[in-house]
Amino acid sequence: MATSALFLPRSSVDSLFDALRDQGFSRLVGPVARDGAIVYREIASAADLPRGMRDRQAPGTYRLETQHDGVRMFSWANGPQALKPLTFAPREPLWRCARDESGGLTFADVEREHEPTAVIGVRACDLAALQIHQQHFLESPYPDPHYAARRASLFLVAVHCSHPADTCFCASTGDGPRAESGYDLAMSELDEGFVVTAGTDPGRAVLASLGLGAASSLQREEADREVAAAARGQGRSLPSRNLKDALYARLEHPHWDHVGRRCLSCGNCTAVCPTCFCHAEQDAPALNGESAEHLRQWDSCFTAVHSYMGHFLVREETRLRYRQWLTHKLGSWHEQYGRSGCVGCGRCIAWCPVGIDITAEVATLMESGDAQP
Amino acid sequence: MHNPDRPVEVEVVERVEETPSIYTLHLRFTDPEVASGYRLLPGQYNMLYLYGVGEVPISIVSDPDHEGLLEHTIRSVGRVTEGMERLRVGDRMGLRGPYGRGWPLDKAEGRDVVIVTGGLGCAPVVSMIRYVLNRRERFGRLVILQGVKHTDDLIWRRQYERWQALPNTQVLLAADVGGPNWPFSVGKVTVLFNQADIDPDRSIVMLCGPEVMMKASIDRLLALNVPADSMWLSIERNMQCGIGHCGHCQVGPHFVCQDGPVFHYPALRPWLGVTGF
Repeated sequence: MATSALFLPRSSVDSLFDALRDQGFSRLVGPVARDGAIVYREIASAADLPRGMRDRQAPGTYRLETQHDGVRMFSWANGPQALKPLTFAPREPLWRCARDESGGLTFADVEREHEPTAVIGVRACDLAALQIHQQHFLESPYPDPHYAARRASLFLVAVHCSHPADTCFCASTGDGPRAESGYDLAMSELDEGFVVTAGTDPGRAVLASLGLGAASSLQREEADREVAAAARGQGRSLPSRNLKDALYARLEHPHWDHVGRRCLSCGNCTAVCPTCFCHAEQDAPALNGESAEHLRQWDSCFTAVHSYMGHFLVREETRLRYRQWLTHKLGSWHEQYGRSGCVGCGRCIAWCPVGIDITAEVATLMESGDAQP
Repeated sequence: MHNPDRPVEVEVVERVEETPSIYTLHLRFTDPEVASGYRLLPGQYNMLYLYGVGEVPISIVSDPDHEGLLEHTIRSVGRVTEGMERLRVGDRMGLRGPYGRGWPLDKAEGRDVVIVTGGLGCAPVVSMIRYVLNRRERFGRLVILQGVKHTDDLIWRRQYERWQALPNTQVLLAADVGGPNWPFSVGKVTVLFNQADIDPDRSIVMLCGPEVMMKASIDRLLALNVPADSMWLSIERNMQCGIGHCGHCQVGPHFVCQDGPVFHYPALRPWLGVTGF
């Protein structure tokens, strides 16, 4: 249960950061403007946050703009990263194997201790994606200890989204712009400061240590109004119904050819997607031959080897790879995880080099009826 | 939390060269405690690890009650399996498993068991055949239809001939290309259905092999009035984790590594033979 809303003056953001450190979260990670995008990096104080920055996103486009009079630090939608790299590392060792002189093999776990980290500025869409990944990696017959250790090290400070990008459609998937669950603290940014609520006991402990006053009803109403406007302002959408049967009925639709001709099969969409979880395993032997590290790293269903079978590829053609991605994300995902695999963050649209727009492709596919021959 | 990705050490106890590119490794756990806790079902597979190279999923040929040794028949097709070919008796490797769903033993009890297989696809069904033969009284007739491309591809020929001589057992073999010492049929495995003695109401069918071959066989079986509900098949996909995490093996909603590799045919029917899945 969220606690009643408190007010954090803009000038006190650094005291929040100190309180987080006092609670044991020695590392703070937050949004910074770097290389022309909002990315999550280690931060020291509120001065590192992207004050006055806005993102302009469109199919195949991402630009940051500075508003010189802007005081707000969260007046942007998102950058290419979600929480994903913090919980499901792009590349990490799973175990090590040592070989002795007689050829005997000894297998050992790798260190799974991670510095307690508070993440500032988590978006609702990314919390929804986190929930999906927790289901995939942890609510499994084989819970993943690597994911569990990283997840357990995080304290999440959500900031409700008030400035969605043109590529956003979280309102239609039901995953934003308000962070509904999965956070330790959630904040709404107003010009004068933040309306803050706690979602967990650690969150309540942090708030209690700050001695904040209650947010006024005007402040709460303004915060709600901004989130409601952020939902209304979204121009893109996906149909909110389960598209599984509709997609399964269109496996031979000619539009797969059309999108397959535009798609470069580069895998950008899967790298920025907060719910894509495919990963490859590989062995990295040490040069002296005495040990090897077994790694996993992000993979993509757009690579040829993803479906490699020794003597053939299941998905040789790009159209088949796009169809796999889309029918999994919006179709079979329902059967596997009880919901769609899309949280409406729009990253796959902005970061696609040729501007393929999932909402437009789905709309075209759905326009015509059952195209199964 | 236990690390489900981490293998344990096994030792190569015996190595059999089946053909120039197919070999069988008999493996023993070096830790007796691991060995005593290991239980498998026919149709399951292990992830085998070649030191410094990587892991591959390989089906288990052994009978579940065969204590101590795990038998794996492997074809050299890629980086890992070609490297494993060079392993000799006494060499060590890694193993984790068993994984996935095996053949439906409870549904097979008391029924005729019909095995339809092609190529090296026979490996996943061999443990089932052994299972039936070692518990003969619990099953009806055993019918084995095996197809191979070339006559040279038929590994375990003597084993098939031994099975052929058993009572209540029908073994039919076909090769796409015949040869001078090939006394069996010539053609696809489907040519064997004319000779097979299959009672559609008493049979449970287990298929394994190339998917086009299984699809063609299923069509023939349906024409013989074998209900779809009585058919099970084992399929292959790229598998890197074996535990439903890495995403490579998906076929529609199924993770083949965990929901399979053995599937009830009705569950797989919408996807079987659809290019790209």
